[in-house]
Amino acid sequence: MSVLRALAAVPEAVVVLALPPLLLSIIAKTKAWFAGRVGPPWLQPYYDLYKLLRKGVVYSRTTTWVFRAGPIVNLAALLTAATLIPILTPGALLGFAGDVILVAYLLALGRMFAVLAALDTGSSFEGMGASREATFGTMSEPALFLSFIVMAIATRSLQLSEMLGPQLAGPWSTIGPAMLLVVGALLIVLLTETCRVPVDDPATHLELTMIHEVMVLDHSGPDFAFILYGAALKFLLLGSILVHAALPHTGWPAWVDAPMRLVELAALAGIVGVVESSMARLRLNRVPLMLAGATVLASLAAVLTLTRSAA
Amino acid sequence: MSPQTAIDAALVLVTLLGLGMLAVSRLATLVRFFALQSLLLAFLPLAEESMHGEVPGMHGFLIAGGTLALKVILIPYILSRLIRTGEVHREIEPFIGFTASVFIGALLVIGSFAVATRLPLPTEPASRLIVPVALSTLSLGLLTLVSRLKAITQVLGFLVLENGVFILGLLLLKQTPLLLELGILLDLFVGVFIMAIVVYHIRREFDHMDTHLLDALKES
Repeated sequence: MSVLRALAAVPEAVVVLALPPLLLSIIAKTKAWFAGRVGPPWLQPYYDLYKLLRKGVVYSRTTTWVFRAGPIVNLAALLTAATLIPILTPGALLGFAGDVILVAYLLALGRMFAVLAALDTGSSFEGMGASREATFGTMSEPALFLSFIVMAIATRSLQLSEMLGPQLAGPWSTIGPAMLLVVGALLIVLLTETCRVPVDDPATHLELTMIHEVMVLDHSGPDFAFILYGAALKFLLLGSILVHAALPHTGWPAWVDAPMRLVELAALAGIVGVVESSMARLRLNRVPLMLAGATVLASLAAVLTLTRSAA
Repeated sequence: MSPQTAIDAALVLVTLLGLGMLAVSRLATLVRFFALQSLLLAFLPLAEESMHGEVPGMHGFLIAGGTLALKVILIPYILSRLIRTGEVHREIEPFIGFTASVFIGALLVIGSFAVATRLPLPTEPASRLIVPVALSTLSLGLLTLVSRLKAITQVLGFLVLENGVFILGLLLLKQTPLLLELGILLDLFVGVFIMAIVVYHIRREFDHMDTHLLDALKES
């Protein structure tokens, strides 16, 4: 990697690191607009993070180091994944052939530590949330991998920045239906992984119905800030994968390309907000059916891509 | 969007609707899915003919019109009336669960695609997807037919199966006599008509339409 690329990455990194809470703000504002309210101020997620970072931490005596490591490993895994996923520019900061698998497992590692930390508290509520998170995470993984496989076959590359780069414009014109299915599958994966409405309701206040929120009940102070920021970052990461897969930019100058990505991400957050305002969350036993649907969409796309590339 | 892509997209949507019918439990939604699937299919003969650069002939229009009138309007109307007048609105406990049947359906679709690449065709089809989609729709219809309990769902499974036959018939659009096609449509209509009457009588006799209860010879 050249020195120039490294220097150019600094402003991008600043924007990328500052962006995630704003996306949550957009979702909250969309929901407020649908409900006819004003909603929280735009910078509310930032205030929350600042408030939490200044607070002290309370650790239960039953917890071990796993509980303390959970939020840190989770955030670290997501930040590492952020260097491998193209977010604003077409190329990611780092990249090598096969980094798709690393990205998928970094996301899985973060989730595993969140689940372990929740189990470590010994609370039955958190155990329940952990079990749900693990189940739904396992079920959304095949859909994510199959979508990656489709893009890998279509672009003949295993590097995420190339799979999601301008090369995707070709597949969109030849196997458009398959790419549309992939986008659908990725949207369901995004909603599941970031615990948004049809799967989990981030605004719920009843422990029995929560999934992600109930797992993090015992975290406090800076640890909780890490978790909140991590959740927002995860939305940004999966959102950029979706946006890059859905709308390949071919030959756009950098000063148009990066701002357009910002606009698209904001639009995606708006769409999630609309979904959240217009849909009730699914009954818990219907969620596997939806995730199976995502897997089926992605596998159908893979079959279509294979048929076409054999021609 | 080229006509080729449009046909491909329609065929993919047909497969998805077939899979969707395995996931849905509300009978009214099932009927709507079937009507939508038939609507897509009704336009395929016209699209195929115009793709070859010809003006669609009488033959194509008659088949499209017949499909539209029967499978998009008349049969869904009969079935939804049957559902509205009865007490049963949902498929409750199918033989194979919804998630499991969606997965089996996906396997069937993948199998159809695998088989279709090995089938030599006498003529070049309008789209490479016609044969695999026809086979998938056939097998998805069959799966719906055998894995559900309610008589109406079974009728719908049979209709989806027939849609698969219809897609396969598109390959031989030019060679098939019009009379044959219309005969199939008429048979289908009479079949559904009779099945609707049978369902009605099952319900009047037994107050439900679970067909598997008819297997037992005497009441226990």
